[in-house]
Amino acid sequence: MEPPAAGEPRAALAVEDLRKRFGENPALDGVSLRIAPGEIHGLIGPDGAGKTTLMRIVCGLLLPDAGRVSVLGFDGVREARRVKQDLGYMPQRFSLYPDLTVAENLHFFADLYQVPPAELSRREERLLAFSGLGPFRGRRAGQLSGGMKQKLALSCLLVHRPKLLVLDEPTTGVDVVSRREFWEILQGLSREGVAQLVSTPYMDEAERFDRLALMHRGRVIAAGTPADVRRAFTGRLFAVAGADLETAWRRLRAQPPEGMRMHRFGDRLHVRLDPFLDPAALAESLRPLAVQTGEIEPAIEDVFVALAQGEDASWTTR
Amino acid sequence: MDHAVKAEGLTRRFGDFTAVDRLDLAVAPGEIFGFLGANGAGKTTAIRMFCGLLAPSEGEAWIDGLSLSRSAEAIKQRIGYMSQRFSLYDDLTIEENIEFSGGIHGMPRAEIRRVGAALTARLGLERARGRLTREVPLGFKQRLALGCAALHRPRILFLDEPTGGVDPLARREFWDLIYETAAEGTTVFVTTHYMDEAEYCGRVSIMVRGRITALGSPAQLKRQTGGATMEEVFLRVVEGGGERGGILPAADGAGGASANGAMGPGANGGKEPNPGGARGEEA
Repeated sequence: MEPPAAGEPRAALAVEDLRKRFGENPALDGVSLRIAPGEIHGLIGPDGAGKTTLMRIVCGLLLPDAGRVSVLGFDGVREARRVKQDLGYMPQRFSLYPDLTVAENLHFFADLYQVPPAELSRREERLLAFSGLGPFRGRRAGQLSGGMKQKLALSCLLVHRPKLLVLDEPTTGVDVVSRREFWEILQGLSREGVAQLVSTPYMDEAERFDRLALMHRGRVIAAGTPADVRRAFTGRLFAVAGADLETAWRRLRAQPPEGMRMHRFGDRLHVRLDPFLDPAALAESLRPLAVQTGEIEPAIEDVFVALAQGEDASWTTR
Repeated sequence: MDHAVKAEGLTRRFGDFTAVDRLDLAVAPGEIFGFLGANGAGKTTAIRMFCGLLAPSEGEAWIDGLSLSRSAEAIKQRIGYMSQRFSLYDDLTIEENIEFSGGIHGMPRAEIRRVGAALTARLGLERARGRLTREVPLGFKQRLALGCAALHRPRILFLDEPTGGVDPLARREFWDLIYETAAEGTTVFVTTHYMDEAEYCGRVSIMVRGRITALGSPAQLKRQTGGATMEEVFLRVVEGGGERGGILPAADGAGGASANGAMGPGANGGKEPNPGGARGEEA
C-alpha cells in the first residue's frame, strides 16, 4: 500500500456509457463515472438500481453489452486478467473460511495472488495493525463478531495491494462502533492512494463520500459531492412539530393533499411539497392545530426518497 | 395499568458467559421503544426471553402483565414477532402467507379475510395478492411481514432488526406502518443498527455487555451525553461503558461502566468493543 507515483494522471477507474441488459430489463442504461486515485466514491440506490451489476462489470466478472471500463489505464474487458492484479472486490456475501484462523485466511488470499512469502509476512503485520485484528490472529474467522469479519474480509482483499477497491455494502448489518472503525480504515487507505467504489444503505455514510452517484433504474440520476447531490432535490421540504403533532399526523395521513408527501420522524413530521405547490397549502391543511412549520434543508436521504418514490409505488400496478 | 414489557434482574447465561446481566426495564403500553446495542450486546437474547423462546437463568419478566415463568404460552398469544429473516414463505402467494399467519394465531377465517383485505389494501397490494411472495420487492416483503406479525392485533410487537438491507424509502414506509400499528394501541419494541431510526422511537435503551447503560427519550439522551445525533450518543455510551476507557464518566447511573469493565475480555487491545462470535446471540 505505497502511495501512487507522484503526479499520477490516470483515473483509478473510468466507466463510460456502460450498458447491460438481462433479458428485457436494462440493468445498466448508460452509466459513466470517474474515480481519482485515493478517492472514496459512493454508489447509492434502491435494490435493482444496477449497483451490483456495475461493480461486477468493473471487476471483470460480467461482460457489458456496450461501453468502456478502464482500471488504471487498462481496458477492463480486454485486459481483465491484468486488471485483477490491481483490484480488490468484496461482494455482499464475502466468503471467509470460518474454520481457518485470521492469519490463515490472510495466507490463503496471499497464495491466490502469489504474494512472495517474505513479502507476505511484512504485509501481514501491517494489515493486522491496520485493521486492529492483531490480537485475534489465532482466532477462527467463524468466531469473530460481524464487524471484525468485515475487517478481516477487507484485509484479505488488501494482501495483494490493489489500487482500486470495490466494496458492495461492506457495512450492512454492522453496528455503529464497528462501522465507524471500518470507515477509519477506508479513510486511511484513501490517504495511501487507494481508490474505492463503495455502496451502502446507510445515508449517514453517504455524507462521508468524496463523491457519490445516486442510481435509479440503471442510470445515474444525481452525482457529485454530497453537497451537489443535495442540490438535486426538487420541491421543498418542511418540518412540522408541536403539541398537536399526533393530530397533524392523523389528519395528513387521512387526507393527504395532492403533491404532498409526509413521513413521521419521532416527534416531528417531514413534508415534501412538489415544486408547483404553494407552501400555504400545507399551512392551510394544518390550521388551527398547535404545530410549528419550518422549511428545512434536504439531506441525501431526502433526495433519494423523492427520486425513488414514484418507482416504488409503480410495482403494484405492473 | 400493567406494563407492556417489564423485567427485573433478568439474566441469561450460556456456560460461563453472561449474555444478559440483571436487566431491569419497564415499557408502557403504546410506546415505541428502541432497544439498541452493539452486535452481541445481548439484545436478541433478551428479546428471545421476552417472547418465551428462551428461559431466563435468573430474574423475571412480565409481558402484558403475565409472568414469563408461569405463563409463557399465554404470552405467545399476545405478542407478534418479526426478525430480519422474517417468516414469510417465498413459495406461497401474498394471500396464502396472510392466511397462514392468521391461522397459526388461531384467528377465525372470516376475521383473517377481513383483516387481510385491509392489510393488502393498506400496502397497495390488492392486485398482487395472487403473486408469489418471492416475486415481491424486498421493501414490500418487509411491510407484508410486519403486517402478518401484527395481523392478530398483538398487544406487543417485537421487531428484531426489521429493516436490515433495504433502501431508505422502504425504511421510511416501514416506519409509517410502525406508527400506524402503534396508533392502534400496540406496543412496539424494536432493535436497529440505523441510528436515524433510533430518533423515531419515543424512548430508547442502549445495551452494553448484557446491561442497559442508558435509557430515555432521544432528546434526553442527547442532553445527557452532549451528543448531537443518536449516532454520537450511541458511540459515547458504548465507549463509556466498554473497556476502552470512557468518554462518558457514567452513562446513566445504571452502574454500567464499572461492572462492565470487570466482565470485558480485556486483552483485546482495546480495539473491538464486541469480540462477540461467542456471544449468545449467534448461538
